[in-house]
Formats: sequence, structure tokens, C-alpha cells
Amino acid sequence: MNDALDVAVRLVVVFVVFLVLPLVVGQTEHKVMAHMQGRLGPMYAGGFHGWAQLVADGVKFAQKEDIVPAAADRRIFQLAPAVALLPYLLVLVVIPIGPSEGAVGQVVDAGIFFVLAVMGVGVLGSLMAGWASANKFSLLGGLRTAAQLLAYELPMLLAAASVAMAAGTVSLPGILNAFHWWWLPWQIVGALVFFVAGLAELQRPPFDMPVADSEIIFGAYTEYTGLRFALFLLAEYAGIVVLCGLTTVLFLGGWHGPWGADGLGWVWTLLKTAVLAFVVIWLRVSYPRLREDQLQKLAWTTLIPLALAQIALTGIVKVAIS
Amino acid sequence: MSESLPPTRPRIPGSGLAKGLAVTLRTMTKKTVTAQYPDVQPELPPRSRGVIGLFEENCTVCMLCARECPDWCIYIDSHKETVPAAVEGGRERSRNVLDRFAIDFSLCMYCGICIEVCPFDALFWSPEFEYAETDIHELTHERDKLREWMWTVPAPPALDPGAEEPKEVAAARKAADKLAAAQAAEAAEAAAAQQAAAEQAAAQADQAAGPAEAAGPSEGAAPSNPTGPTGPTGPTGPTGPSDPTPNSGPEGGQS
Repeated sequence: MNDALDVAVRLVVVFVVFLVLPLVVGQTEHKVMAHMQGRLGPMYAGGFHGWAQLVADGVKFAQKEDIVPAAADRRIFQLAPAVALLPYLLVLVVIPIGPSEGAVGQVVDAGIFFVLAVMGVGVLGSLMAGWASANKFSLLGGLRTAAQLLAYELPMLLAAASVAMAAGTVSLPGILNAFHWWWLPWQIVGALVFFVAGLAELQRPPFDMPVADSEIIFGAYTEYTGLRFALFLLAEYAGIVVLCGLTTVLFLGGWHGPWGADGLGWVWTLLKTAVLAFVVIWLRVSYPRLREDQLQKLAWTTLIPLALAQIALTGIVKVAIS
Repeated sequence: MSESLPPTRPRIPGSGLAKGLAVTLRTMTKKTVTAQYPDVQPELPPRSRGVIGLFEENCTVCMLCARECPDWCIYIDSHKETVPAAVEGGRERSRNVLDRFAIDFSLCMYCGICIEVCPFDALFWSPEFEYAETDIHELTHERDKLREWMWTVPAPPALDPGAEEPKEVAAARKAADKLAAAQAAEAAEAAAAQQAAAEQAAAQADQAAGPAEAAGPSEGAAPSNPTGPTGPTGPTGPTGPSDPTPNSGPEGGQS
């Protein structure tokens, strides 16, 4: 009974975080992007500086008619948003935000494997949507998503492998327990590769070729309206939260900070995640979209060699200190 | 393109990316340019062209505005009235009475030619701009509405620093300067005459007996003293009334 309650509470907390943090990131994106462009952003919804804008958006989406195109593969079409969204919820369960037992949804021993495997599933949602929509733009978007996934999953895995090598474990709390501050300069290249590849996997600008609105409308999501479309958007922002959280845990030392690691570890995790989320928004505002060939070139000629070099460096240092 | 540029420092890889990030970050810390219009009224520049006001007391129905209007959006109706002679044996006068004055703001292109051309200052720009209507016919503002706009006409803005002064003021100043010069010349002449008279009186006093010294100057000064005031009063008689008018006229009109 007590165990069941414990599990229920943990799941509810993770679910609430899963619903709240992406909205916070989305609202921050509205505001930060606006101010970076000299605008104010939403100012009306909710009264104070438009804080409830995304709530209002959600209400609007919920009111819209749910349309499935006549030629679409109905079942797959309707299932795709869930496939896109749920993996991020599952990943969120295993990300530790503090050192104690209570600060993680569920400790998984093969944490990195679990996380990377499940995050890869999220991209399947876009593929399903693109294929099932019976729309050439959707199909193009889906194929671009597939190409991008192929290109960027590899450097992401390699960079994560470097950290696992350094820590000697694939468990996320285990990696954090082994963390020292000098891992930061040691793994900095891997961190950059991981973060950039993660951005590409989320199809965030400047890697938003699969949803390039000036070319293929909205890629795989072209035919979606209403709540299903909202779920795809939510998946994107949940993805930002998950990516930033993972980068924090793997490369930035998670709950470790200059002080207060015992009681306030979770504050450090959240703070680092928030800064990374800001960087994600910042990159979106600053850079234009990469062309499809530039996108592939960056992955295969820059990120993968860098990731391999990082693994070599990690191996050398690891041998040298042991 | 880069070849044509003079040799520069070797570019650090990624410096352009960093520059891009710096631009957006700097913009974020600056004040936004969003105008929150319905909540905050815009600060309009002076001489803003919002709507045209009619000061109908000044209108003589000369029709110049209606004729000059490039898109014919001014409608004027009038009739002629005969005014009986003001004095016995005088002649009857006729004058135009304004019946209708309307501006169709759905046609108006806000060129301001009607205001420029009005010889009697009956039309003015008002900065009011919130008079959108749902029916296009209501954009034809009749004379009572044009009259209402008149109350929103602001005072003309002050001249720019270093601007050329208005022609009326310049003309008035020129006249006043001329007058002042004439007065000064006259006063100098009078003073010279007075001095000459005083010298003459003194000479007479010297020639007269020593004990009469105290009475001598007073008697001699008595005729000379009135000349001081009377000298200026001669010219001030005609100039007194005419002097203020050129000065106060343009100033009164300007304020």
C-alpha cells in the first residue's frame, strides 16, 4: 500500500512537471523572442504581461474542430501526436534533479541507454504524421525528419558515450555521483555536440528544416489542427525541457554547485536547465535556418568527428588518471 | 567581395556566430519599440494631420478650398443676403451666407491644400484621428461636426530655434526701429537745443550781477525745461497709437 502510494505520488509529480515546465519554457520563449526583436510579446492574456497566453492558446486549440483528412491513414494519423509526446514524459521520469532518493522519478540502472532510446522514439511521431497525412508536404517533412534523425542520433550517442566512459557507469545518478568540476572543461566538446545534436533532433531552429514553413508549410504537422496539433507543439517544448535537463545531468554536473549541494541540489539542476532553455530560445532568435545539405554536412563532417575526438580524449585521460 | 576589402585581421572561426548572439542579446536589454496604441495614446508630432476643423465665422464662402481640392471632397452651399444700408443714404450691401460645409473624409487625401489656400484662416488641421466609421457615409462630416473638431486644434507650435522670424514681426520691428531712430534723432536735436539754451542762459547770468546768481539759472532754466518734454511729445502724438499696433498685432495673432 505504501509502495503504491509512493509510486503514485512520484508519477503525479513527474506528470505535473511535464505539464508545467514546457508551458513555462513556451511562455519564456514568447517573451524572450519578442524582446530580442524589440517587441513586447503577449501582453493581455491573464492580465499581467500575458502570463496566461499559452493557457489561452490551449483553450483555443481545444475548441477547434478535429479534422482527419479523407485520404489519411486514420489510426496512424490520430496516434502520431501521442507517439511524439509520450517518450518525453517517460524520459522525464528518470532524470534526477537532486542527490537524494526522492529527487528522481525512478532510478534506472541503464539510464543513458533508456533515455536515448526513448528520445529516439519521439521522432517516430513526426514520421508517422508525415506518412499518414497523405500530403506531399507532410511526406517531405517526414522524410527530412528521418534524414535528420539518422544524421544527428549518432553524434548524440557518441557524446553521451564519452560521459559514460568518464564515469564508468550508464546510470544517471551514478554519473552525477562521479562528477567533479574538472569534468566541465574535459567534456566541453562532448557537451556542445550533445546539445547541438539534441537541438537538431527536436527540430528546433536553426535545425527546423523538417518544418520549414516557407518551403513545406509545416512539414509533417501540416494536416493537423486542434488538440492534436497542440500536442505536437507541447512535444517540442517538452523536448526542450528534456534535452536541457539531460545536458545538465550529463555534462554540467546536475545538482553539483559551488555551494548548497546537500539541500538545494535541485535548485542547481533547475537553474542550469533554465539557462540552457534560454540558450535554446536565444539560438532560435539569432540564427537563420540551415539548408538541408548544410544540415547533413554539419552532422557528418563536424559533429561526428568532434564526438569521436572527445571519446578519444576521454579514453586517454581516463587511462592517464587510473 | 572579401577580396576587394583591405586586408583585415584573420577572422576567428565562429566570430560571426558570436556576433549574431550578441546582437539579439543586446536588443533584449534595450527598450522595446512596441506602441501600445489603444491603451496608450501615441505622441503625435506637431502639425499632425488628423482631421480638418472649420472655423465658420471666418468663412466667406469664397469657394477657393472647394475648387483647389484635388479630389473634390469639399461641399459648400450658400445663398446671398442683402444687408440694408448701415447709414442714412448709404448703399445696400450683399454678402454670402454659408448653408452647408462638408468634407468627405472617405475621399480626402489629407494634402492640406484647402487649409493652405484659405485666405481667411477658416480651416485648420487637428491631430484627432480616431473617427473611423462602420458606414462610409458617416465619414462625410457636416459643418457642425467640423466645428466640433475646431475645439481640438492645438496652438501652433513654437518656432524652431534659429528659425527666421515671421514676416509680420520683421516688418513691425523694421517700422519700430525706424521710428525709434527718428525719435532718437529728434531727442538729440532737442537736447542740443536745450544745451545751447542753457549755455546762453549761463552766459547771460555771467554777464548779469553776481548776487542774482541764484535766481539767474532758475529763470534761465524755466524756458529750457519745458522743451525737454515738449520735444518728444510732438512726435509721440501721432505715433503713440500707431506704435503698439504693429508690435502687438502679429504677436496677438501668434499666441
